[in-house]
Amino acid sequence: MTDTVISTLSQTHRRPWFWAFVASTAAFGATLLLTEGRGGGELLSAALTFAAFSAIVGIGQMFVITLGPGNVDLSIPATMTLAGTLSLKFMGGDAALILPGLGVALAVGLGAGTANYLLIRFLRIPPIIATLSASFLYQSLAIWSNRGLRIKPPSILADFTTGATLGVPNVAIVGLLIAVIAWIILERSIYGRWLSAVGQNARAARLSGVPVQLMFAATFIGSAVLASLTGYLLASFSGGAALNMGTEYLLISIAVVVIGGCSIAGGYSNVPGIWGGALLMFLIVSMLNSYGLGAGVRLIMTGTIIIAIVAAAAGKESSA
Amino acid sequence: MNGNYRILLPVLSLAVLMAAVFYLQPRAMSYFGLNLLFNLAVPIALATIAQMMIIMVNDIDLSVGTFVSFVACVTATFLNDAPLIGAAILAASILAYAGLGALIHMRQLPAIVVTLGMSFVWAGLAVLILPSPGGAAPAWIRTLMTVKPPLVPMAIVASVGIAALTHLLIMRSSTGTLLRGVGGNTRAVLRAGWSVTRLKAGAYALAGFFGVLSGMSLVGLTTSADANIALRYTLLSIAGVILGGGEFTGGRISPVGAVIGALTLALAGSFLSFMRLSPDWQIGAQGAILILVLAVRLVFSRRSARVEG
Repeated sequence: MTDTVISTLSQTHRRPWFWAFVASTAAFGATLLLTEGRGGGELLSAALTFAAFSAIVGIGQMFVITLGPGNVDLSIPATMTLAGTLSLKFMGGDAALILPGLGVALAVGLGAGTANYLLIRFLRIPPIIATLSASFLYQSLAIWSNRGLRIKPPSILADFTTGATLGVPNVAIVGLLIAVIAWIILERSIYGRWLSAVGQNARAARLSGVPVQLMFAATFIGSAVLASLTGYLLASFSGGAALNMGTEYLLISIAVVVIGGCSIAGGYSNVPGIWGGALLMFLIVSMLNSYGLGAGVRLIMTGTIIIAIVAAAAGKESSA
Repeated sequence: MNGNYRILLPVLSLAVLMAAVFYLQPRAMSYFGLNLLFNLAVPIALATIAQMMIIMVNDIDLSVGTFVSFVACVTATFLNDAPLIGAAILAASILAYAGLGALIHMRQLPAIVVTLGMSFVWAGLAVLILPSPGGAAPAWIRTLMTVKPPLVPMAIVASVGIAALTHLLIMRSSTGTLLRGVGGNTRAVLRAGWSVTRLKAGAYALAGFFGVLSGMSLVGLTTSADANIALRYTLLSIAGVILGGGEFTGGRISPVGAVIGALTLALAGSFLSFMRLSPDWQIGAQGAILILVLAVRLVFSRRSARVEG
């Protein structure tokens, strides 16, 4: 099978992880070069904040992609939008409902993840198509419940998501905490071992007693729950849920996983790389912005840089 | 599952959906009604064929939507004002696709990421060419797309033509067999002495070619373009290939099925706006239809497994 060839080739997955951070630092430096060192703190905290959103959905996507070829969660944007919309509507700006509101958001994620899994399991639909068709339903639900209204988050919650503790943005702290937990789960728990086993060879894993179906269920639900958490935080951060708030996170969630150096063929994952990729995605855009490039050039450069990083990382792999 | 059987389900699901439309609105059973229902089917069918070429070699193209948008922008500007330059740009973009195919194979890159990156590039180029919606469709494309053949509307004639042509190319020619072989067993094709790099470049070039046709026909229908005109084609084209009985791996695809899958999706879209369903639920209903068809497919494949096994 070609999958196993690709997986063997990508065994030296630590390298691209390293390169994501090197490239992030370079982009950061290039931006500061232009401003002659001013605004470094602001740029860093903005980068940490926005990278946190990408990193949280990226971690969910990473778990799914690690399950093996063909496993991608395309419902992340719709789940984010639905969770953001419903939870803000539920809270209605009332500070007393912040925690129940979070509960509503996470319940949306739980529901979406379960629905995704059931489609994959019982209708045997390929995950790409299952999450895609399901995301149409979630998006419709969000449109229906949103009705063009923009409900503001409770002010305490808005202050929390835009604020900082000891100079580190609160959202980034949440993102880092989730990354640490994800790392422990992946590297130190039986779930993490099983996840890699399923991703490397699902049949061998099943024969050796790994509860493969349970792994799929847990992973797709986990991804949706992380997406709903991001939706809740992002909606509070930006002063209300918007119907298109999740759109860009579809590409970003996949891009950070790959730039971070996880194998797209599954079986190999790493958490620090997700943060590296997320920081890089934000810093590239802000670097190109500060050099005064138009939207068109910025998009072209972003795409070219993604391809260049992947091509360079792959070159390392095949020479190893 | 044998090849003839594979085509049965897409045909059936299209037939059932059409029957439902005719039952709800008997007046749709006319030249004008059909024209309305399948209005946007041709560009979707061509984009689906483009996606199928990539899925055929075990890859997936996440840039179809932005590429078609880019082509639409070129068609509505350069191809209209300076046909030679326009044609050169489109030819270069097909070459770019071929180059990507070769790059992906030579460096063993994940296609999903490379095409993801390319989707940014095409989107950027489209924004540069056409910063705000506008442009005009070249007269000859407009005429071609709005021609009214006797008996059956243009969209259906064109779809049958596309299906027949790609069927001959992919299922009946020796090149097509080789290309499917790359998806089925790359190593076997390599050992038989073929250059897989060249074959992959060829498959990608074909995808680029059909993507170009899709963008041109889209502009012929809409008469103008914008940089986001076809973004949803990425997902539609993947869904179309799968609805048509294709599989993500193993070079198992069906050009006729893919065209029928695209028609089903186009019909589902028209059907819903036809039913005056609240716009809130239109996307959702499209998702539901997709799930429904795939559920039926499961019943079919289970039955066939019982018959064969």
